[in-house]
Amino acid sequence: MAPDHRADATDTALLQRPAALGRPVFGPRLVTALSLAGLLALWWIAAIVADSRVLPAPPAVAEAFWRDAATGELFFHLAMTLMRVIAAFVLAMAIGSVIGIVLGMNREANRFFDPWLILFLNIPALVVIVLAYIWFGLNEAAAIGAIAVNKIPNVVVTMREGARTLDRDLEEMASVYRFSAGRTLRHVVLPQLQPYFAAASRTGISLIWKIALVVELLGRSNGVGFQINLYFQLFDVAAILAYTLAFVAVMLTIEFLLVQPFEAHSTRWRPRRAGS
Amino acid sequence: MSNLSKPIPPAGDQDALEVEIRGKTFRGADGDAVRAIDEIAFSVAPGSFATLIGPSGCGKTTTLRIILGLDREFDGRLKLPAGGGRIAAVFQEPRLLPWRTVEENVRLALSDEDTGRDLDDLFAVLGLAEMRSRYPGELSLGLARRAALARAFAIRPSLLVLDEPFVSLDEQTASRLRTLLTDVWSARPTTALMVTHNLREAVQLSDRIIFLTERPARMRGVYDITTPRADRDARWREATLPALAKRYSGVL
Repeated sequence: MAPDHRADATDTALLQRPAALGRPVFGPRLVTALSLAGLLALWWIAAIVADSRVLPAPPAVAEAFWRDAATGELFFHLAMTLMRVIAAFVLAMAIGSVIGIVLGMNREANRFFDPWLILFLNIPALVVIVLAYIWFGLNEAAAIGAIAVNKIPNVVVTMREGARTLDRDLEEMASVYRFSAGRTLRHVVLPQLQPYFAAASRTGISLIWKIALVVELLGRSNGVGFQINLYFQLFDVAAILAYTLAFVAVMLTIEFLLVQPFEAHSTRWRPRRAGS
Repeated sequence: MSNLSKPIPPAGDQDALEVEIRGKTFRGADGDAVRAIDEIAFSVAPGSFATLIGPSGCGKTTTLRIILGLDREFDGRLKLPAGGGRIAAVFQEPRLLPWRTVEENVRLALSDEDTGRDLDDLFAVLGLAEMRSRYPGELSLGLARRAALARAFAIRPSLLVLDEPFVSLDEQTASRLRTLLTDVWSARPTTALMVTHNLREAVQLSDRIIFLTERPARMRGVYDITTPRADRDARWREATLPALAKRYSGVL
């Protein structure tokens, strides 16, 4: 995804290249559009061939989308799910990063807590959700907490790996030049952890929203998960797909408008590799 | 610590750097104890430039790390100039933060009350005026070393420690950087201790050269140079180097 916007520059590079070599027939954006159109066409054809209620064609899904969008219901449920996803994401990244960095920098602590980590990594999401509802009641805090707890072990593992690779040389430099703890964290430690943080958030955000739907299905009276359960009982596949695609669209928007620009900003110091 | 904004006191007011290491042992990768330093003791007069010279792996860098406070497990004692004022280090690798510009790298080393200070002169002298907003990844090794020198001098240290600051540069770049170091240091004199294995370099820059033996390091001798730096021309060097090389065989 990343080198897409740089392909044009390569094409006009001063280097004289054989025209047939490496020059794409279509622009990268066009390829993406064609690929998505192909998937849509495949779905459409399959729906026509199957001619069944369980596989509605795209227009039926669009219709379901407009029906719930017109009443505002769709946006309300999207917003509820998004709120839970964001709250759980912030919670999981904050707690997971702190634990991960501490474990990565402290060998004794890591040796002691590693079995706990493996245990938590292997507890199924469903079990955490059910136990959270039983122990803390069918409320918002239990729902968000359950989503976060499912994600925290993954964040810990990634951030621990990052903390283990911290550069000793830079740490020594900071100590010789008497950087305060805050200055060391902000200018020396966190920039080194940035790629790990980005990796953890990437995998985190997709995992979290999938778990959020289960949480809503089991114990909330709103949100995309709740709606999908409702339409499952009504056997309305078009509405199920409409909600799913709408939320995927929301997540893609976040990716393109927030995650990618943030990443580009925080890695601006990296020398651009020539020709890529 | 807090006297950074005041002018550097005249050399006579400062204490000398006194180093006395009576033993330093490492645990090697295989668990065996490796004795790095047997016994070394030397002092560096306030405001003067001294060089530690010895064969590779003889414990020079270890000595610097002890002085920098990065290695505290050793027998002996240490007396730093100006009652523990700030120490600046120029490491073998420039050790700049790759995600901060040259100027940010230098300013981050300044103490809080000093962060806004005017650094134009320092950058200009080191030929970095155009490079202030570049990231270290865009600099050649020679330029990155200059940025590391800028950072070291920016904090107005009472002790400057340099670990082979000219290693792995081509001779032309290294010699230009040596001249730059002499210029910056002469304008902002501070007690300096450099590690090198290059005798020519030592002879060109130092007031005192401290020769060490192979590992475990012991003192081989101390040679003081009284000739002013300006008079150390090629002829003087050609006369001095063989004499030193004869006295301390194997150093050239």
